Amino acid sequence: MTSMQPSTDVNGLVQRAALLQRLRGFFAQRQVLEVQTPVLAPNTVTDPDVESIAVPGYGFLQTSPEYQMKRLLAAGAPSIYQLAPAFRHEEVGRLHNSEFTMLEWYRLDFDHNQLMDEVADLVNEVLGPASYTTVTYAELVGELGRSRDELDLAFAEASDALSPGRFFVVDYPADQGALARLKPDNPAVAARFELIIDGVELANGYWELLDPGEHLQRFQQDLAVRKRRELQPVEIDSAFIAALDAGLPTCAGVALGVDRLLMLAMGERSLDKALTFRNF
Amino acid sequence: MLEGDPCNILENEFVKPGKGQAFNRVKFRNLKNGRVWERTFKSGESLEAADVMESDMEYLYCDGEFWHFMRTDGSFEQIAASKEAVSDCLDWLKEQDVYVVTLWNEDPIAVAASNFVELEVTETDPGLKGDTANGGTKPATLATGATIKGVPLFINIGDVLKIDTRTGEYVSRVKN
Repeated sequence: MTSMQPSTDVNGLVQRAALLQRLRGFFAQRQVLEVQTPVLAPNTVTDPDVESIAVPGYGFLQTSPEYQMKRLLAAGAPSIYQLAPAFRHEEVGRLHNSEFTMLEWYRLDFDHNQLMDEVADLVNEVLGPASYTTVTYAELVGELGRSRDELDLAFAEASDALSPGRFFVVDYPADQGALARLKPDNPAVAARFELIIDGVELANGYWELLDPGEHLQRFQQDLAVRKRRELQPVEIDSAFIAALDAGLPTCAGVALGVDRLLMLAMGERSLDKALTFRNF
Repeated sequence: MLEGDPCNILENEFVKPGKGQAFNRVKFRNLKNGRVWERTFKSGESLEAADVMESDMEYLYCDGEFWHFMRTDGSFEQIAASKEAVSDCLDWLKEQDVYVVTLWNEDPIAVAASNFVELEVTETDPGLKGDTANGGTKPATLATGATIKGVPLFINIGDVLKIDTRTGEYVSRVKN
């Protein structure tokens, strides 16, 4: 293949256009507002397992539009969604590309269960209806009393094996809650879910954590891990914390990989045919 | 280097849960015994590089214990390979032919034949005249001692055959 050629073909372009149209139609019907937030911003996430691409003099290419979308919610926006490019440093492989398209949406007054139902509705519309199996993190991974590295590896292997079929993984251990709140009836687990389809991790959602103090605590823990692993230093996004102080409304949010969804719709096993150009 | 043996990487897949640690699932071939297996590493983990090189060498002779090869770079340097190293191409070893020898720390650990070799037939049933049209075949024994199947009936002792070493199958008759 010469370098001028796209990764996909005309049929792939047509399928991508149809998918984007369908996603926008889905949210228009449910009166969820489309927004656009900057892809380039002064700050980024503290997550030790998500490396951002730094743009010297400007900040970082965003790994997800989460913080800025939550700032919109804190400023009074209704339920919103965004289709945007997201960036991850050195994530390249069969199911990864350093630039990818993310669909992220937030639903006011939803909890994670209501949002899981909506994620299933959306996926059914794109891939056709099917049943969903719910499995807890502990059921999937087995013994929890192990190091985080071992748990991550066990999760990677076990989620690969969730195939064929559609699976919601729920009840992540509290320390893997990311920005999900802890379950009121069981604070050992977070109100976080992931959707795995045919072994492919497709979406990750939370019943969102609101408390600014708990956010700061989790971010400080992230920074300590980043320092220990000698990762690129990042600062806590003060504009995001200020928005939390002003008050994030009760909501649930989810991010879904659009290129992976297109890949599944095309019946492909790799992102190659779903991506327009494979630059990485 | 993995578990003390030199290996080459056949496949390397990036695996990463969205919020979890990144891994590389790597498929290796052990260069000493050809065994293929899979291991998962944390991304960024490093392995010792093996001092392995491949070199074209001419096969000279076998002394009963070692198979002797000579470099083709004009140095006339000779090396002796064990039975283990030559086991994959014993059926195709012909004096004065050139083979690819894999050296690990200067020791030969594997010898590979070209995709095609030409070998003389030393034994086969007599060819039957007029029987070539029905596509019948027979076995033949070659100068190396290897026996191959699927040889056309018109092949005689003394013919030189072209053999595909990857499949061990007859390709064509070179001369008779």
